[in-house]
Amino acid sequence: MTEHLVETKGLTKRYGERVAVEDLALTVRRGEVYGFLGPNGAGKTTTLKILLGLVRPTSGTATVLGAAPGSAKSLAGTGMLVESPAFYPYLSGRDNLRVLAQYCRIPATRVTEVLEIVGLSARAGDRFASYSLGMKQRLGVAAALLKDPVLLVLDEPTNGLDPAGMADMRALIRRLGGDGKTVLLSSHMLGEVQQVCDRVGVISGGRLLREGTVDELRGQGAVRVTVEPLDEAATIARRLLGEDRVTIEDQSLVLDTDQDDAARINRELVLAGLTVRALGWNERSLEEIFLEMTSEERRFATAGAGSGV
Amino acid sequence: MLVGFAAEVLKLRKRPAVWMIVAVWIMLAVVFGYLFPYLAYRSATGPKAALGKQALVQALPADLVGTAVQGFPLFAGALAMLLGVLATGGEYGWNTMKALLTQGPGRVSVVAGKALALVSLMLLVVLTSFAVDALCSVVTASITDSAMDWPGVSDLVRGIAGGWLIVTMWCLGGAFLGIAFRGTALAAGIGLVWALAIENLLRVFSSIVSGLDTVQKYLPGTNAGALAAALGSPTQSAPGGTPGVTTAVGGTQAGITLALYIVLFAVAASVLVKRRDIA
Repeated sequence: MTEHLVETKGLTKRYGERVAVEDLALTVRRGEVYGFLGPNGAGKTTTLKILLGLVRPTSGTATVLGAAPGSAKSLAGTGMLVESPAFYPYLSGRDNLRVLAQYCRIPATRVTEVLEIVGLSARAGDRFASYSLGMKQRLGVAAALLKDPVLLVLDEPTNGLDPAGMADMRALIRRLGGDGKTVLLSSHMLGEVQQVCDRVGVISGGRLLREGTVDELRGQGAVRVTVEPLDEAATIARRLLGEDRVTIEDQSLVLDTDQDDAARINRELVLAGLTVRALGWNERSLEEIFLEMTSEERRFATAGAGSGV
Repeated sequence: MLVGFAAEVLKLRKRPAVWMIVAVWIMLAVVFGYLFPYLAYRSATGPKAALGKQALVQALPADLVGTAVQGFPLFAGALAMLLGVLATGGEYGWNTMKALLTQGPGRVSVVAGKALALVSLMLLVVLTSFAVDALCSVVTASITDSAMDWPGVSDLVRGIAGGWLIVTMWCLGGAFLGIAFRGTALAAGIGLVWALAIENLLRVFSSIVSGLDTVQKYLPGTNAGALAAALGSPTQSAPGGTPGVTTAVGGTQAGITLALYIVLFAVAASVLVKRRDIA
């Protein structure tokens, strides 16, 4: 049976009339990199804060590492970087980590280790205030790693980084996932999630819209064939695949089938004397799926606002 | 609690603002406790000579306790409050509170570690203040050829304990305000206005407004001033007396009231941190 390190049921957080998180049910399995995807203001950070015990839910339940959020047991195995990295500007990077290490009873040798992991050893003695944004973010990840946690909660860790810094951060997250750590990564960057995550939960307006692997969310792709004459090709394709699996878009056939069928269809079209100019796999990106899902949510919200709800 | 204590000590020790405030504290104590009385003694002539001599007496070793604690109810108290505000309010300003609370020791332990570190800092500053004041009194006695009589050990211990009680009360009051207002600016502003202005105004009106006299006997500033008076500091009504030092209540009641305020501020701060969400 798959072990769930994070599990929420009916999780809801209201601030007065405003609903930040609504009836959220998500699961993070041991050893996976879970992408928590949603536009800004979707409720990602509020959810993460509930999971860390910083914010209490209005209703619903959550367990983290089998215990209540914020309990000593759940925090002992959880490392976190929520929102921007928060440190004391007058302390050095090393001293900032020493403060946290003392709070969680971790030997000072671990501070040196995590500084090494994130590549900050050379600047560890400098004041935090003098760090670049990328260095601050890396120090935040170092702090999250201090406890050698089972679960890492990272809230938009590439925020504000330059392309090289983003690539470094993603490589680090992939490496941590490869090392067996479970990572809960919140992001509004689709490419990032697609690159590093095993499973994804899409949140918008405080509600979880879908949860699954990237492939599951993308669904099955389609074969796009540019062929002449188009009508005759459509007839052949419909005979082979069925009426409802063939559509015509932008002067091409779009066939709802898998890549293995592509060669067979190509052969049949050529044998029928048609001219096949191009044949390719038409895969929907996570971005398209995401926009599709969240646009429905936005339409719903707009309609609600319009009707005075 | 001790785990948080070590971390809090590290933060206080390395924070430049803490050193600056302590330096100002000591400097003010020296200037108003020793330099100005000495200058008054040197420059007072004619009918003012008696006042000059009286000022000098306060700067001699025999009056060490009264002189050392005379500034605690007001200016040193305000600085102690500022230290408390910075220690807790800064955590919200830098958003570091969430980092502390997710390390695992528990919310009350975090507050307890912080309170213990501040209480220790106050003891250290009071001891330093007494040591510097003692040195200044020796210098004053030497250059004025005055007697070098020292207060008894029990008086000295009582003075240090009383002084520590006064500034600890203000410091934890500031720490509570920093948590209550989740920042430094508003907490420092309200705290300082209370300590430096409002209580003095209440004292002025207490003789006129019915019931106010009773209320002010339980206020923190009044009790801080009363404890300083009980330890030998000149009251504000006496010639050359110290602002904020009064005899509104007795020393024992003042000591007990200040101790209760310390407990109240620590408990209230813990309750707030335990119950509130960290935004």
